[in-house]
Amino acid sequence: MGLKRGHRANPFEWIVERAIFLIATSAILMVFLIFLFVAREALPVFLGQTNSSLVQEVLPVAKMDTLSPAELQKYLGLTPKQFRELDRDAIQALMEVKLEGASELTKDKDAAVNTTQWRYMLLPHQWSDYDHPVFIWQPVSQIHKYNIIPLAIGSLKLTLVALLFSVPIALGAAIYVSQLAGNRARELLKPAIELLAGIPSVVLGFFSLIVLASFFQNLLGYQVRLNSFVAGIALGLAVIPVVFSIAEDALSSVPRSYTQAALALGSSRWQTAWQIVLPAALPGVFAAVVLGFGRAIGETMVVLMASGNASIVSWNIFDSTRSVTATIAAELAETVFGGHHYRILFMLGTLLFAVTFLSNLAANRIIRGLKSKMEGKR
Amino acid sequence: MTETIQSRHIPASPEPDEAFPVIIRARDLCLHYGQSQALKSIGIDIRKNVVTAFIGPSGCGKSTLLRCLNRMNDLIDSVRITGLVEINGEDIYSPEVDLIELRRQVGMVFQRSNPFPKSIYENIAYALRLHGTRAKTELDEVIERSLRQAALWDEVKDRLHTSALGLSGGQQQRLCIARAIAIRPEIILMDEPASALDPLATARIEELILELKQQFTIVIVTHNMQQATRISDETAFFYLGNLVEFDKTSKIFTNPTNKQTEDYVTGRFG
Repeated sequence: MGLKRGHRANPFEWIVERAIFLIATSAILMVFLIFLFVAREALPVFLGQTNSSLVQEVLPVAKMDTLSPAELQKYLGLTPKQFRELDRDAIQALMEVKLEGASELTKDKDAAVNTTQWRYMLLPHQWSDYDHPVFIWQPVSQIHKYNIIPLAIGSLKLTLVALLFSVPIALGAAIYVSQLAGNRARELLKPAIELLAGIPSVVLGFFSLIVLASFFQNLLGYQVRLNSFVAGIALGLAVIPVVFSIAEDALSSVPRSYTQAALALGSSRWQTAWQIVLPAALPGVFAAVVLGFGRAIGETMVVLMASGNASIVSWNIFDSTRSVTATIAAELAETVFGGHHYRILFMLGTLLFAVTFLSNLAANRIIRGLKSKMEGKR
Repeated sequence: MTETIQSRHIPASPEPDEAFPVIIRARDLCLHYGQSQALKSIGIDIRKNVVTAFIGPSGCGKSTLLRCLNRMNDLIDSVRITGLVEINGEDIYSPEVDLIELRRQVGMVFQRSNPFPKSIYENIAYALRLHGTRAKTELDEVIERSLRQAALWDEVKDRLHTSALGLSGGQQQRLCIARAIAIRPEIILMDEPASALDPLATARIEELILELKQQFTIVIVTHNMQQATRISDETAFFYLGNLVEFDKTSKIFTNPTNKQTEDYVTGRFG
C-alpha cells in the first residue's frame, strides 16, 4: 500500500471547511462593500462634481413652448413621473416661480457660491450679513453652508470627554479585577461591568437626557442643560465596558511568572500590578483605549439625545455640541436623494470611516513596535 | 497518623557543626491545599552558608516546602499552614512579619527564568528601587557587581539597556540570579533552576551556585540527582509529603539509612 491518498479523507469535512472559509471571507467582503457604497455616494463631493450654487440659467416663461418636454423636465428639476402629472398651467406657474426666485437670489452675493467646495467646507468664510469669517454648518438654510469644522470639533470634544472619563475608570477596574481582587470580587465585578455593554445606547441616551443632565446641572450649575459634558459622560458609560474587557484580558494574560518574580523580590501587590504587570500589558491596554476611541467617535444615539445638537464652534465642554454621527442620523432622512446635502452626509460617513480605520492602523503599528521592543527584537 | 509519627523520628539535621549555625528551623510544619495535605509535620534545620538540596519524586512536597520559606504559598487562596518556621530565630508566620522585608532576606530563583519584559539594567534596578536604592551611581555600581557575581557581566555589558527577553535561556536565568542577589538576601531559594536549560548552561549555573555559597545560604530543589551530588552539602529526601531522610549529601547517596531513600537514589523508583 502506497502513501498516496486515492480519495478525499472525508467529503463532509471538506464541505464544512469550505463553508467556514466562505463565511469568513464574506465578513471581509461585507466590510469592503459597505465602504464601497458609502464612498461611492460621497464620490462626487471628492471629485468636485457637486454644485450647490443657487444661481442657474433661467429662461423666460415664453420659452416654454420651444423646449422639448425632456429639456423642460430637466430645467424644472422634476422626475419624469412628476412631469407627466403636471398640466400646462402648472408648468407655466413653476417657470414663473423659478424666474422670480432667481431675481430674488441674485441680490445675495453668496447665492452664486458653490458651497460644496473644500475651501467652504474646511475654511472659515465671511458670508453676507456676517462681519467676520466663520465656520458654519447650516445645510438647510437658503444658502447651504456645509462647513464641517463645527462637527469635527463636536465629535472630538465629545470623544475626549468620554475617554478622559472612561479610560481611568476602566483601567482602574481592570487592574483591580485582574490583579488585586479576590476570587469572589472578581466573579462579581467582571460580569457586572461587562453588563454595561449590554445597555442599548438609546436607553443610555434616554437616561442621560432625563437623569444625568438634570443631575449635573444641579451639581455644577452650568447654563445649557444638554451639552458635551453630559453627552461625554454618557458616552463614557458606553466606552467603559469596551476598554475594561480588553484591558482586563491583556492584564490577565501577563504571565504569572512575572508576578511571582516581582512578589518574590518583595514588591507589594500594588507595586507588582502598577510597575510590572501594567507595563507588560501595555500593548493590549493601548489597543483597548484605541477601541474605546473608535466606539466613542462612532457612537450616535447617546450623542444625538444628550449633546444638545447645536453645531457651534466652541471648545467649552459646557456648551451644546453636535457630532458628525448625530448629524448624519438627524439629517439624512430629510435630504434630497442624490442631492448635494445627501452627498455631503455620505462624505462625512466616509471621513468617519477613514478616521477609525487610520487610528486602528496606527495603533496596530504602535502596538507591534511596543511588543518587539519588549521582546528584545529591536 | 503513622506517617506523622514516623517523620518525627527523623533527625532534623545532620550532626551539629559550630562553623555552620542553623539559619532556618521548621518544626511540625503542615500544609494543606484544600482537603489534601501536601506537607506532613516537617521538621528540618537548614544551616548557614551550606547548599541544601531537596530531592524526591514529583508531588513529594519539596517545592511546596521551599515556597513556605519565603511565604510564596500565601498567594494561593486555599492553602492552610500550621507549625513553625523560624529564620534567624524569628517566626516568619507571625502576624507582625513584614512580608517585603522577609522576601528581601529570602530571595528566590524560579524553575523557568522570569526576567521582566524590561531592559537588563531595569530588571535589577527594579529590585534595588523596591528596597530604597535610588541614586544612579549606586544603582550602576550594584548592578555591575551583581552581574559580575552572576558571571553575566562580560556577556551583557554592552547591551545593558536592551530587553532582557532577548537573552538566551541560560543568560536569562543568570540574570534572575543577579536580580535576586542584588538586594543582598541571606538565603536564596532555587526551584529547579536548571531544569529548563541545556547541559552547558546548567554547568554554568552549578558553578555559580558553588561560588555563591560563600556568601549566601542556598536551598535548591532538584530533580536531577547528579546535580544534587555535585553541588549540595546536605540533602533532604521527601516522599509523599514526608521528610524521609536528611543528612550529608555523601551519606544520602552512598549509605542512606532509610530503605525508601536508597530505592530512590539508586533509581529503583521515582
